[in-house]
Formats: sequence, C-alpha cells, structure tokens
Amino acid sequence: MLEVKNLSVSINGRKILDDLDLTVRDGEVAALMGPNGSGKSTLSHVIAGRKDYMVESGDILLNGESLLDLEPDVRAAKGLFLAFQYPIEIPGVATLTFLKATVNAQRKRRGQEELSTPDFMKRVKAAANKLKISQEMLKRALNVGFSGGEKKRMDILQMALLEPSFAILDETDSGLDIDALRVVAGGVNALRAPGRGFLVITHYQRLLDYVVPDTVHVMAHGRIMRSGGKELAVELEKSGYRDYNAEPAVA
Amino acid sequence: MSADIIQARTPAEIFLASTFDESKARLPGNACVAKWREDAFQVFTASGLPHRRIEAWHYTDLRALMRDALPVATAPGAAVLSALREEFAATGETAAPRLVLVDGFFAPELSSGLPEGIKVSSLACVLTEGRPDLIALLSSQDLAKDLGARESIVALNAALMQDGVVIEVAPGTVLAEPVHLIHVTASPVPAAHFSRSALIIGAGASIRLAESCHAAHHAGTVPTAQANACLIVSIGDGASLAHTAMVTGTAPGSMRLETMMARLGADAKFDSFALVCGIGLVRRQIFVRFDGRGAEASLSGVSLLGGREHADTTLHVEHAAQACVSRETFKYILDEEATGVFQGKIHVAPGAQKTDGKMLSRAVLLSDMAAMNNKPELEIFADDVVCGHGATCGSLDDDQLFYLQTRGLPLPEAEALLLEAFAGELIDGLGHDGLINAFRCEVRAWLAARHKALVPPVTAGANV
Repeated sequence: MLEVKNLSVSINGRKILDDLDLTVRDGEVAALMGPNGSGKSTLSHVIAGRKDYMVESGDILLNGESLLDLEPDVRAAKGLFLAFQYPIEIPGVATLTFLKATVNAQRKRRGQEELSTPDFMKRVKAAANKLKISQEMLKRALNVGFSGGEKKRMDILQMALLEPSFAILDETDSGLDIDALRVVAGGVNALRAPGRGFLVITHYQRLLDYVVPDTVHVMAHGRIMRSGGKELAVELEKSGYRDYNAEPAVA
Repeated sequence: MSADIIQARTPAEIFLASTFDESKARLPGNACVAKWREDAFQVFTASGLPHRRIEAWHYTDLRALMRDALPVATAPGAAVLSALREEFAATGETAAPRLVLVDGFFAPELSSGLPEGIKVSSLACVLTEGRPDLIALLSSQDLAKDLGARESIVALNAALMQDGVVIEVAPGTVLAEPVHLIHVTASPVPAAHFSRSALIIGAGASIRLAESCHAAHHAGTVPTAQANACLIVSIGDGASLAHTAMVTGTAPGSMRLETMMARLGADAKFDSFALVCGIGLVRRQIFVRFDGRGAEASLSGVSLLGGREHADTTLHVEHAAQACVSRETFKYILDEEATGVFQGKIHVAPGAQKTDGKMLSRAVLLSDMAAMNNKPELEIFADDVVCGHGATCGSLDDDQLFYLQTRGLPLPEAEALLLEAFAGELIDGLGHDGLINAFRCEVRAWLAARHKALVPPVTAGANV
C-alpha cells in the first residue's frame, strides 16, 4: 500500500506539490490524470527518491514504512518500481548485464541468494517473450538506439523481473502506437495481483481502455482535485481539464 | 631586451650528472655509441629536467615533481631471476611469446616462445656490435625534435640506456597472438631504469605487441622505481602493428616516463591502446610520423587515477604524407586529488592532402579536487584536409545514476557500472579476446578497490 500524506514539495523555491494526499491500496490500480505541469511526474520522481526536490512537509509510506530518508535503491529493494516517461539510455552497458546486476542487487538487499546464470536466463527469456522483446535486443546496450516502444517494453520487462509490490507507471503510454500500447498494457495486466498496487500516470483515457483502473484521481496545481471510479476518466476525455486549470480560489 | 635565465641545478639534476660521469665507461656500446651518449647528455645538461616553461611539459613540471633522482639499477642477480621464473611459471602463460626486461635489462632466460619470423637481440649487444642500420634507427630523434624544445628526457634516456630489446620482424610474417613485452621492477631498493627498445616490422608483416608492467614483491611491499623507457617503432609498407600497454602496478611515489616514436610506411596500419592505473606519475609521449601515403593510425588510452596520481599523455602526430588517417581517443577517470593531462598535436605538412585526423579527449571527474588539463592543437599547412578535435570534462550523468538506482543498484555500484562502460568502450575495440579480458579485469579491479574504499562492507539483508 502506498500512502502519500500532506506532501509539499518545491524546487528552487517554487512549490510543485501542495499538501497532497493520495492512498493506493494493495491490488488497486489507481490512475492519476491531470493537465501538463500539474505535478504528476514530480510526484513519481519524489516517491522514487530523486534528490533535486525539496520535501517541505508530509510523508510517503510504502507498506506502512516511511520512504523519505531512504536512497532510491533501498526504496526499490523495499518493493517500489518506477517506469520512466523517458527511459534513460546507458551506452556501453549490455541490457542482459544490467538486468542481472539489478535483479541480484535487489535479491542481496532482501537477503536472498543471487540467481544462477541459467535460472536468470530462464526468467528473462520467459518475460521477454511475453513482451515481444528479441534476444538480439537484450544483447544491445541498454535502451541505446531503442525505439520509443522498445524502451517502454524494456521498462515493463524490468518490472516483471523485479516483482515490485508497488509500481508507478509515468506516462508509459506516451509515444506508443496502438500495437505497442496493447503489448505494454498486456504486460502490466499480467502483473496485476492482489498484493501489488499500481499508480498509472497518464494524460489520456486511451491507456485506461486497456489497463482498466479501480480509481481515478485528477491532479492540478500540485494537489488532488477530484477522485472517483473509472467513469471519471471517460468524463475527462469529453470535457477536458478546463474545470481544473483555473488557479484555486484563495480560501 | 631579453636575458637567458640560468636556473640553479636541482638535486636530481646534479645526481644525474654524477651518475652519468661515474657510469659512462661501463655503459654498453662502441666508440660511436659513447659519442652519441656524450652528445645526448649535453643536450640534457643544456636544458635540464623539463619544467612548466617548456610548453610540451607545462602540466608535468618534472623539475618540481622529481625531487630526487634514484640510483640506477644494477643487472638482476641469479636469485632474482630464479624467483621471477617461478612467479611466471605459476601464471601458466609459458606458451605465449614473451620478452622480459628486469629493471631495464633484457632477461633471455625469462623470455620464451618466440615464433618464426621474429629475431630478438638485446640492446646492449646491438650497441656493442655497432650495427650501423640499427644504431641509426635507435638514435633517430628527429621525431622528438618536432616538440619545439629539445626533448631532454629522450636525450637522458640515450645517455644512460642500459639495455632493452631490438625486435626484428621479417617481411610478410603474420602473427595473431601477441608478443608480450614485460617490464619487471625487481630491485628491492628504490632504483631508476633506463631502457630503449626497438621494433622493426618488415613490409607486409602483421603483429601484436602487448607491453605490461610487473612488480616483483619483496616481503609484501612493492619497490619504488623511476623508469625512463623508449620504444622506437618502424612499420614497413603495408605492415601492421596492434600495440597495447598495461601501465600498472608500481608503488606510490614511482615515476614512469615513456616515449614511443613510430614511423609508418605507405599503407601501414598502427593501433595503440594503453591503460594507465595505480602508478604515481606517468608521462607517456607518443610521436607518430606518416612517411608514406594511405597509412592509418589509431591511438587510444584510458587512465584511472586516484590519490595524488598524475598521468600525462602527450601526442604529436605528423602527417608528412598524403591520404593518411589518424584517430586519437583518450579517456580519463579522475578521483580524489588526481591530475590528468592530455596534449595532442596534429601537424599536417604542406602537401599532405586528403589527411583525415580526429582527436578526442573525455574526462570524468569524481571529486572536486581532481583536475584535468586538455590541450588539443591542430597545425594545418595543406588545404584539402579533414581535421578536428574535441574535449569534454564532467561528472557522471545524474539521470543515468538515478535510473540505475531506482532499479536497485546502490550508488557506488551504479557509478562503477557507468565508469566501466565509459572505459570499456575503447577496450572492446581491441579485437583480441585475451587482451580485452585482461584490460577489463584491471578496470574492474580498480573500480572494486574504489568501491571498497567508499562503502564499508554490509551484511546481506541490512537496511531492509
């Protein structure tokens, strides 16, 4: 379960998240929607542990434990995963080498044995096949020269291998054509489980046709303005964000 | 109005002068070589140790950095050689063609496995016999003259050279496996060595030369050494040389001054890669001259420096012939208070049309106290050429580090992964699995030692 409590965050003195509250329960898929600049990506990066932001007040709890003082890798070991809007290219690091390093680093942190190479390869192959990721792609440098769709599928592959207890998908649908979107959504749906929560950040309802959310939250001006069921996404697709763009009235 | 400033001699210079006076009668060579040594020492005396006002040595001020000169090493005794023989036998690489220099002296009893087409003589023999063709090649310092100031370190090497190897490769000889040239530091007391070697590759021949350093351990300590080594390379028409150098493993306070002078014939090919790490002060100067058209040279290197280590790579590439291609790519990883220096000059002579030269230096600084000095230069006297240079200097990319951390890699491991990739790019291009592996291992060992210094060991499961 992820709980964001009264979170206020700024960067260079500019407030981006303003007393934000959000709870996503185990097994729940929550969609976070909102206009550009409403603070959605900032929220995902702050949860994952990016240091560029100043957390002024509030807390972030994963399964009841505060994440704020933890390094990003420790948060990951505790079960958090962030699929990036723009997965980063890492030249010179073969994808397979990277995958093995991350899986084993997390196992080590959790006090588990490192996977043997054959065991690891078996898991990678199975997960890669589901996401239509070729063996050739796994040999290339991580994300280097990958198309937008390939990068997103690679992030979902990492999620499948790392088996997080909570995953944030930051605009995973951006830059995807309809076929790639189906593959990615299929990958996400396959990982839906009673013990695993998702926060799906998106501008559009399109992704939510494939990954059907349990709850929808609308964010603007650094806070949650409205929450509801999946029908809220459909309503937003019709009406747009115009009702949320105005500065909040001074109380 | 100008006045020559006559600087007082430093203790190191005074010591080197007395060393030369005492040892010149014993140094190998016929009368002609003795004259060469005298002339060379005069060149050294006239300019002294290079200092910051000599442009090519601006960032490596030996006058200041070399407080004392060490006594010259004596030839290794039987006990040292037999201990080394056991050490080499234990590594199990007896089959590889191998030439060993111990404290600058050629040790034929440790050398082995030379294939057909390769003839090796000790420098001392060549100097004593006085073969005019080889002496002429060994004393060809005209490449170094191009540096502007007279190259006093090369002159000092000529004056005091004790030994080395002269390798002659017969025309048409093709060898896939490298010939290893191992520089051993064995003297139990701090010592200086002066070696000069030559590699003459006949037309159409193709070989690999893999240089490495090895420190004999004395009761767990590695002795300090000051090495001044020259390698003179002549690559015949259509011949090719793939050269690598592993400049590693001596004690802090050690100094290594290396000069490589290579001449390329028409359509010749020359690749040279060096890894510098774990050594006090290194200056590698490489002079390449294209004498015939259509030749290609690729010079590259990686320096991994920590502590107060200092590594200087200075290149001078002389395009004297048409349609030659040169590539120079050097990378530095600098931690703590280390200093990196890259100076590269591409000189295109009048008439050397269709020259294609590209030079690049890239440095990653891991500490605020580390420093990188870059000085790329192009001097072009022909009008139909493509030449360029670039230099970058920075820290690791924050976005890449964050991405790797969110996947569960602790910061030091994320850094090590990115640094190995940065250094590994050049290593992967070596085209020989054994060498790639050896260099990769050395980089990993350096990163692991750094990692260990950064994070105290944690037990599994901690922090979770």
